[in-house]
Amino acid sequence: MNFDYTFHWRPVMRKLPDLLEASLTTLQISVLSMIIGITFGLILAILRMNGPKPLAWIATGWVELARNTPALFQLFFFSFGLGAFGLHLTPYFIVLAGLTFNNAGYLAENFRGGFQAVPETQMRAARSLGMTAWQSYTRIVIPQVFRIVYHPMTNQLVWAVLMSSLAMIVGFRELAGETQALAFKTFRIFEYFAVTALIYYVMVKVILGLSRLIAWRMFRY
Amino acid sequence: MNQSISFFSGFGPKDLWFLPQAAWQTLVISALSISTGTLLGILFGWILSESKIIGAVTLGLVLDAFRSVPLIIQLVLFYNLFNVIGLAINPFWAGVIILAVYTSALVANVARGGIEAVGAPMRRASRSLGMNYLQTIRHIVWPIGLRAVFPSWVGVALGVLKDSALVSVLGHPELLKVARDLITRTQQPLLVLAVAGAFYFALSYPISRYAAHLERKWQS
Repeated sequence: MNFDYTFHWRPVMRKLPDLLEASLTTLQISVLSMIIGITFGLILAILRMNGPKPLAWIATGWVELARNTPALFQLFFFSFGLGAFGLHLTPYFIVLAGLTFNNAGYLAENFRGGFQAVPETQMRAARSLGMTAWQSYTRIVIPQVFRIVYHPMTNQLVWAVLMSSLAMIVGFRELAGETQALAFKTFRIFEYFAVTALIYYVMVKVILGLSRLIAWRMFRY
Repeated sequence: MNQSISFFSGFGPKDLWFLPQAAWQTLVISALSISTGTLLGILFGWILSESKIIGAVTLGLVLDAFRSVPLIIQLVLFYNLFNVIGLAINPFWAGVIILAVYTSALVANVARGGIEAVGAPMRRASRSLGMNYLQTIRHIVWPIGLRAVFPSWVGVALGVLKDSALVSVLGHPELLKVARDLITRTQQPLLVLAVAGAFYFALSYPISRYAAHLERKWQS
């Protein structure tokens, strides 16, 4: 074992603005995939609980596939798999679709747990106070569900940020992809990935800190 | 006439045999890293639960970093670190080591939760029965605490099984890497992806159902 490697941090520092810009892309695509994923997740959860049979089966299939196969496999499906049907998405949409598919599957289970945790009597109590079904849903049930799923949701956002690094493999240049492209140009692979790891760490910590702040502000009483 | 050699080839029965072999590789990598990672993780979790401040600022921070950085970045980073320090290591063992450390970071959190769930009165009771510290840990705290978090541990193990797909970035022929190579060569993406996906699903789904069943049973 001989140590004859000199670290060169300067090329990395010179490209730091590029990396930071790419990390904004990472944040953007993760947040977008979360927003669409939450919408789909809600629909999937409701369909699984009380949708018509065929739709409930499709929802169950989606959730189980998203949860029981690797995220990378799902990305491959959206790149090669859809390519077999002559549908060629751009790398951006491959990553967005893959992340959204995965997020929706995991979130659907969280939402289902949330809905089941709110007792049915809450709904009946709201209705007997004279609220309409819509009012009791939006003012009584949903806020309680939201409180239950808030923590799993922020966890899922963190997972989305970490998962978006798979974009490196399908050739989309968010933080990991950009790092790979730059690293293999200069062969300073270790240095580039070390800095990127640090950026991811800071991003995750900022997200968790902000979510804790929001939770403290929202769920104070 | 010069012969042309085609880069692509049809999909033969021989190609189908590659996938079970690759699935076996995935299984071996996962089994090795989950087992060593779990043992390490229980040890770390125990340390974290016993030494509140020192453990949290040293070991806790390091393990937290492993949970906050994408696994794919860790794989590339440490694989190159092995090269930097002049340690020739093949992708298989590099993948197993990094996955094991990653697993241990996740398991440490779970194990700590379980160990801390066993309350002080229980420990005091066992000490009053004349057991020493190690006996208390071995016969009281671990059996009760670790059993309580078993479903979460299964969740972690399943996550690692799926994350083992990322070892493909180091070039080891596990399931997803082989699937991708086969797709490039045979141009049969749907068939290959379906088979590869079915393997992952068949490994993961029964275990996840079992964990959900256990969780439901223990809750009531």
